[in-house]
Parts: sequence; structure tokens; C-alpha cells
Amino acid sequence: MLALLQAVPAVQDTLAVAHEAAASDPIRSAIAQATYLGASVLFILGLKSLTRPDSARKGMQQAAMGMLFAVIGTLLNQHIITYQWIIGGLVIGAIAGYPMAMKVPMTSMPQFIAFSHAFGAIAATLVGVVEYRELLHEGKLTSGLAGALGFEVLFGALTVTGSFMAFGKLQELITGRPITFKGQNFFNILLMAVAFGSFGYLIYQPEAVWAFYTVTGLALFLGISMVLPIGGGDMPVVVSLLNSYAGLAAAATGFAIGNNVLIIAGALEGAGGFILSVMMSKAMNRSFGNVIFGAFGAPPAAAAAKGEQKEPKSITAEDAAMQLAYAGSTVIIPGYGMAVAQAQHICRELHELIQKKGGEVKYAIHPVAGRMPGHLNVILAEAGIDYGALLTDVDDANRVLNSADIVVVVGANDIVNPDADNDKSSPLYGMPIFRPWNAKVTYVIKRGKGVGFSGVENPLFSLDTTRMIYGDAKGVLGTLVKEVKALDEGH
Amino acid sequence: MTLIMQLYVFILAGFVGFLVIGKVPPLLHTPLMSATNAISGISLVGAIVAAGGQYSKLSTILGFVAVVCAATNVVAGFLITDRMLGMFKQPAKSDDKKGGSH
Repeated sequence: MLALLQAVPAVQDTLAVAHEAAASDPIRSAIAQATYLGASVLFILGLKSLTRPDSARKGMQQAAMGMLFAVIGTLLNQHIITYQWIIGGLVIGAIAGYPMAMKVPMTSMPQFIAFSHAFGAIAATLVGVVEYRELLHEGKLTSGLAGALGFEVLFGALTVTGSFMAFGKLQELITGRPITFKGQNFFNILLMAVAFGSFGYLIYQPEAVWAFYTVTGLALFLGISMVLPIGGGDMPVVVSLLNSYAGLAAAATGFAIGNNVLIIAGALEGAGGFILSVMMSKAMNRSFGNVIFGAFGAPPAAAAAKGEQKEPKSITAEDAAMQLAYAGSTVIIPGYGMAVAQAQHICRELHELIQKKGGEVKYAIHPVAGRMPGHLNVILAEAGIDYGALLTDVDDANRVLNSADIVVVVGANDIVNPDADNDKSSPLYGMPIFRPWNAKVTYVIKRGKGVGFSGVENPLFSLDTTRMIYGDAKGVLGTLVKEVKALDEGH
Repeated sequence: MTLIMQLYVFILAGFVGFLVIGKVPPLLHTPLMSATNAISGISLVGAIVAAGGQYSKLSTILGFVAVVCAATNVVAGFLITDRMLGMFKQPAKSDDKKGGSH
């Protein structure tokens, strides 16, 4: 590191020479613009490659090259006078980012993404502050620029604290249950009104320094107060929304410094986050308006006691293993509980044992299973399960469930609740769900008798075709594996 | 560049985003999110200008912090996306021979 820092002046000299040439060299400036254009194209192609799992990796590697080009193009920028801070920052960032990305377990992916959003947003916010100070100093502030900078710090600062809060909740540094107080919505709306009021004033009066910092400060506060009342199970929507906000902040940076690649990249992320938020809220049975205005995560209405539920029937893991070993088609429905119990690896073992005996195993993955969009897919992929076995479309999965011999529900609850179809008074009513009761038999692995995240009773458990296997997901699957193996050896 | 031209770019890029990202299957939603997150780390470009502009001491320090954060975002974002995408294995075409060897 020390040697590196000593080497910096040398690099700086070379770059300074390059820079002197750049200041008056339209060719260099054209090269810089060309790298931005190239980066924009590679970003779009990279995202397009994500429509197919086999092309995705290469496409995203090309997008990373695009980013590298854009950085090199920027280093040729004529506004840059000193390089040591830039190079130091890049080196520290790379040293910090590398181990983070290589070590983080897939179950912690939502926290990681939230953390990464926060970092991007800190950068966007700080750039906004620096630009505002400089433009003010040079007396070049216009209403348009002040608007872009205000927007940048508003969404940037909101994303910073919002993401840190989401990180804290996901990492369980703070309680995952919603934190609410009286008049919370009123308080949030008031905060928002003052923030937007100051923002408006800033556009009208670009040199109103107090308005700029009021927007920044209130946005920091707003990020906290908006995520505070949201529970752990709603995190897929929150993380998507923060994704969108982080993109908007980056796009606003582009407006402020007049750089198209920032505008394009920000717009792409803004759109992506928006699409995912809409998808997630739909899959979670909430209207998007409900989500946007931060009123989500309200404590669910107490589930009405509707007569006595029949006592669920249970089955021992030994008996279940016997059935699984000879089942023609098995569908596993995993929920976040599987990730929490780290049961995905043992699940793959069971999957392979059943396959060896000639049975077929598929997974029905609900869009909101886990703590972020698509979370369970990554967790199962990590365990070595190929994506051909993953049914990610609710309707497709239901067709497969209709003809399945055995369904195993592991750590999922609300996404298999028949009330979503049948009970108009249920908060889940209308939510797209899996229908395991159409299969011959359903095993539900569950820690104990209790309600799901939404706090709603699940009548699935007392259906005639359902058998409960009580116990921790990892333990039960372990027993199933052992028993199926024992059957093998008995032959 | 005028504000209007910038708005054109923003809105058209947004449309491209909707059209392209709307087709990403739920299977890859998590990598999609880390990918867009990495791409928006492009604020690094703004941070570099802020850190190297030598406007004032405070601006340089803020710019430096911004470069560190944005670089972390970019490096971690692209690496994690690559790591995740590397995990998605293609379905075996013929009968697979990978027995549970634990």
C-alpha cells in the first residue's frame, strides 16, 4: 500500500502530461465521449443478456468492461487537476469491495444489496453537495441545475439512510417487526411536505443555501422514518424501491454534471427498481400506491377467529421418507424459512436421492419468497440445483402441482394459504399463490404451530391431504435423507 | 447540454429500461438487482470529477469519500453479480451422473 502511494506521484506526472494535452485537445475529449457512449451501449446489452441465464454472465462481464472504459474516459477529463485522491479512493474502494463480494453468503444477499445501494447513494449525495458548493462559488447556479442537484440529494440522502435501515433490519441489528408510533403517517407526510417545499423554493431561488441543506437533512431523516414501520417480510418491495431511488439519484447526478452515461445508467436502474417494486407488491397483494406512500407494513388486521380449525394431522419423517422414495413426481415449495435454516444443501441431497430412485423433483418458487426479488432462486442455485428444476411462474407451477404425487412445503406459509382463493375477508385474498392441495398429498415442514408473516391462520394445515412434519427444516430434511438412504441399503 | 436534451436521454433510456428489464425472468431477479446496482455505481464518474477538480479542501475530501464509496459499489456490485450468475447451472441435457457424494 505504501509503495503504491509512493508510486502515485509518478503516475500523476504522466497523467498530468496527458492532462495538459487534454485541456486543449478536442480529440481526447472526443475519446472520453466515445467511452461514455460505448459504456451506455454495453450497459444496455448487459441488462439484455439477463433475459437468458446462459448468456447473462458474459453480458454482465462486458458491462463491467464498459464501466472500466467510462472511468478511463473520465480520467482524461479536463476538469481533473490532481490524481492522488482519485487513485487512492479507487484503490481503497476496490480493496474494500473485493472481499465483500467474494465472501457474502447468498442468504445475506438482500443485506448486501441494501448496503451497496447505500454506498452508491452516499457517492451521489456527496457529489451533489460538492457540485452545489462549486456552482454557488462560481455564481453559475441556474434553476435547472439547482433542481437537478436538489433532486439528487433528496433521493440520494433518502436512499442512504433508507438502505442502512433496511440493512439493519435484514441483518437483525434492529427488530424486523414494524416499529410504529401514533401519528406516524401524519409525521411522514409533514416531513415530505417540508422537504418538497424546500426543494421547490430551491428551484425558485437557486442560491438559497439553507433550502439545499434542509432538503438534504430532511431526506436523511425521511429515509429512516419511511423504513421504520416496515416489517421483514415486506423487504422485497423496500429493497426494490431503494434500487429505483438509487438509480434516480444517479440520473440526477448526470443532469447536474451534464453527463449522459450517468443519466442513462440511472434511468436503467430507476426503471428496473420500479418494475420490480410493482411486481413484488402485486405478488404480495398490495397496491403499488399503497407501497409508494409508505403506508405499507401496517400491522395486519387481527385474523378473525373463524370457528375452530381442525387439528392438523401429522406424520413422522420416517413414514414421509418411505413415500418420497417411491413418489413419481415431487414438488418442493421453499420459503424464507429454508434460507434461515440453511437447509438448501441438505435439500439438494434429498432431491438427488429421489432422482436416483427414478422420481422427478421440481421447485415452485414464489416471486416474493425470501427477502428480495428472486432470492430463493439464488439460494437453490448456490446449493447446486440447476435452474431447469426451478418453476418461477406461479401458473406454470400450479399446473405441475395438479399432477404431483407429493408436495413438500419447507419454511413457507402465506404463499400456500388457501384463504387467498376462498376467504374474501382475509388480507391475503387475491394474492397469487401455489395450490399444493391439488396434489395427492402435502407435507408441511414447520417448526411448530404458528402463523406466517402476515399473522394469518393457514387452513392448508388442517386439510385432509396435508400432513405436518414438525421440526426445524434442516433437521427434518436431514432425517428424510437418512431414511431414504436407509431404504436403499435395505434392498 | 440543455435540460431538454437531457430529459430526452433520460426518458428514452427509461423506456429502454422498461422494455429490456421487463423481460428478465423471475429466476434472475436477484442478479438483475445487483447488476443495475453495479451499473448505477457510474456515479463514480461524478465522484472522480469532484475529487480531482481541486475546488477546495472540503470539496476534495467529500469527493474522495465519494470515490471510495462509488468504487466499492462498482467493484462489489459487478463481482457479486458475476459470482451469482456463475452459480446458475444449465440443466443437464442427458441423464445426469452427479450422484450425491456427501
